[in-house]
Amino acid sequence: MNLQVPTMAEMMASGETPDVLFWVGCSGSFDDRAKKITKAIAKILTHCKVKFAVLGTEESCTGDPARRAGNEFTFQMQAQMNIQVLNGYEVKRIVTGCPHCFNTLKNEYPELGGNYEVLHHTQLIQDLINTGKLALEGGTAFKGKKITFHDPCYLGRANEVYEAPRALIEKLDGELVEMKRCKTNGLCCGAGGAQMFKEAEKGNKEINIERTEDVLAANAQIVATGCPFCNTMMTDGVKNFNKEAEIQVLDVAELIAQAADL
Amino acid sequence: MTLSALVFTIFSFGSIGLFSWKMKSIIAQIKLGKAISRSDRKAERWKTMLLVAFGQKKMFTRPFVAILHFIFYVAFVITQIELIEVFIDGFSGGHRYFFHAGLGNFYVLVISAIELLSILTFIATLIFFARRNIIKLPRFTMAELKGWPRNDANLILLFELLLIGFIFLMNSADEARLNILSNDSYSFAVSQFIGPLLADSLGNLDTLEVLSKIGWWGHLIMVFIFLNYLPYSKHLHILFAFPNTYFSNLDAKGKFSNMESVENEVKLMLDPNADPYAAPAKDAAPQRFGAKDVQDLTWKQLLEAYSCTECGRCSSVCPANQTGKLLSPRKIMMDTRDRLSEVGNNKMNLEDGKSLLGDYITPEELWACTSCNACVQECPVNIDPLSIIVDLRRFLVMEESKIPSELTGMLTNIENNGAPWQFSPADRMKWTEEN
Repeated sequence: MNLQVPTMAEMMASGETPDVLFWVGCSGSFDDRAKKITKAIAKILTHCKVKFAVLGTEESCTGDPARRAGNEFTFQMQAQMNIQVLNGYEVKRIVTGCPHCFNTLKNEYPELGGNYEVLHHTQLIQDLINTGKLALEGGTAFKGKKITFHDPCYLGRANEVYEAPRALIEKLDGELVEMKRCKTNGLCCGAGGAQMFKEAEKGNKEINIERTEDVLAANAQIVATGCPFCNTMMTDGVKNFNKEAEIQVLDVAELIAQAADL
Repeated sequence: MTLSALVFTIFSFGSIGLFSWKMKSIIAQIKLGKAISRSDRKAERWKTMLLVAFGQKKMFTRPFVAILHFIFYVAFVITQIELIEVFIDGFSGGHRYFFHAGLGNFYVLVISAIELLSILTFIATLIFFARRNIIKLPRFTMAELKGWPRNDANLILLFELLLIGFIFLMNSADEARLNILSNDSYSFAVSQFIGPLLADSLGNLDTLEVLSKIGWWGHLIMVFIFLNYLPYSKHLHILFAFPNTYFSNLDAKGKFSNMESVENEVKLMLDPNADPYAAPAKDAAPQRFGAKDVQDLTWKQLLEAYSCTECGRCSSVCPANQTGKLLSPRKIMMDTRDRLSEVGNNKMNLEDGKSLLGDYITPEELWACTSCNACVQECPVNIDPLSIIVDLRRFLVMEESKIPSELTGMLTNIENNGAPWQFSPADRMKWTEEN
């Protein structure tokens, strides 16, 4: 099924204004695994009749990895160009599929002239459920399954969003179990600060392996996360222990889309 | 003026003077840092200081050690009441001024509280000794604690034991004298029981008076030593925790500092109406991008370096450190302080051929950071090692082009096709067509 996702340009051409801009992010646009998360978010938005649009080819990296890698020039170029585009479309509200985009748009764009209400997709989905636009009744997709949530650093500690993803998991028919390190104490997956794009420095262990051990100790069958980079790292970690048959790594949006049978 | 009052006066003015002189130097060192405004949102700042420094809120994420530390803290604060009396007695040449001033039961209550807290502090001190030297907790045995930092920690614990010893010596000797003189007691919670034992075994008023004086002077000398030891020790946190938490970063932890000079430069590049030949605005370009040495950091970052207690909670939660990488956020703070005091001892000479980056902190440490903010979250006094790591990275990348080659590729991709990978922007909507 092809998803009908309008772009901002198309919306503007037909004289319409979306309620929310879906900022897909680079990973969500190009990474094969992350594209599935993007689709799950788009399906949920479509199902709930949220009037949304994407920037499409006008979207560009927020600059997060450039700033974290220490290159402020590249960050500023990206940020200022993106703000021109966003302000040009008079965007007021943004939902992101990635905590890194979320953090940059929410916290770092305002002082450069980009002021928007920015939501992480788990926050928007929680709102859709709370306002009765999305119902999950009758689903048995996760019956008897233990689901743990891996806090993405840029969602958790960086922005103190701990409850929205957990509230969503609790709506499912599975059981939410916590790892020994969670919420403010959550352990990084190893991808942040531009580490995703480089080899790890010399050490005696990979960070995602250390984190996967927490998952194994929690005895979870599903690792839920809210970040495409965490998803990659945790998927690799699970593979490393040859546990891909027993443990699934899924985004919270995918869990919700499955439960709502979308 | 009696001889003892004279000696006391010289001692106290001398040690307070020495302490002030050293603190002036430290404050001057901190002022080498770049400007940053932390004077907004005053109510929130006071609240943060009250909760985090005064209330030690963040310590209590590890309750056992938090309680031990809290005992130290309360004992320290309450013992200062006795110190006031010590000063009055010292200048006047009297003894136990408050008691004779008719404070009676209240005085006994305060001294008893000090004695009970001292017993608890004694136990806590032994536990702290054990944690460092017998149990050897991992965060107390990391490489950066070798040598002075380890001795510093043990020395303070030893001071603590001596101080407690002198307090009990004075109180017990006084109790013993009263016992012999009038078969009476001050009713101090602990020493009322030691006093009679001391009276029985010594029974000599003169000896007891000497013991009481040793206790009094010993207490005083420990206070003066402690005061002048503070500026050289990690224990400076007992003072700096307060301003450090007051000037905390109150923004979201994920927000990195904005480099205004770069912002303006890029703004000019993107502005079609900008005059390319316009003279640069005054102070438009900073001396350097990012930080190479201490003067490139902000005064807040330098204050943080002096506020660090070297407890190592930051490093114990650091994902890089836990997986054997070279990075230890505590070392970042210790290095910053060491370099800053080196500059201070060198008459603020920054041109000594050394720098924080290179001589103290290596690029390998900086590139191990995932910017996960675990260290920032964990610090009991709101220190932000991540901000220093980022500023040093900025210097490496923007001034020296020293960057891991994969990251150069990532940056080129962002510049060429607006994504960290080599994908065409034209393909951004492809996900809508795929199954």
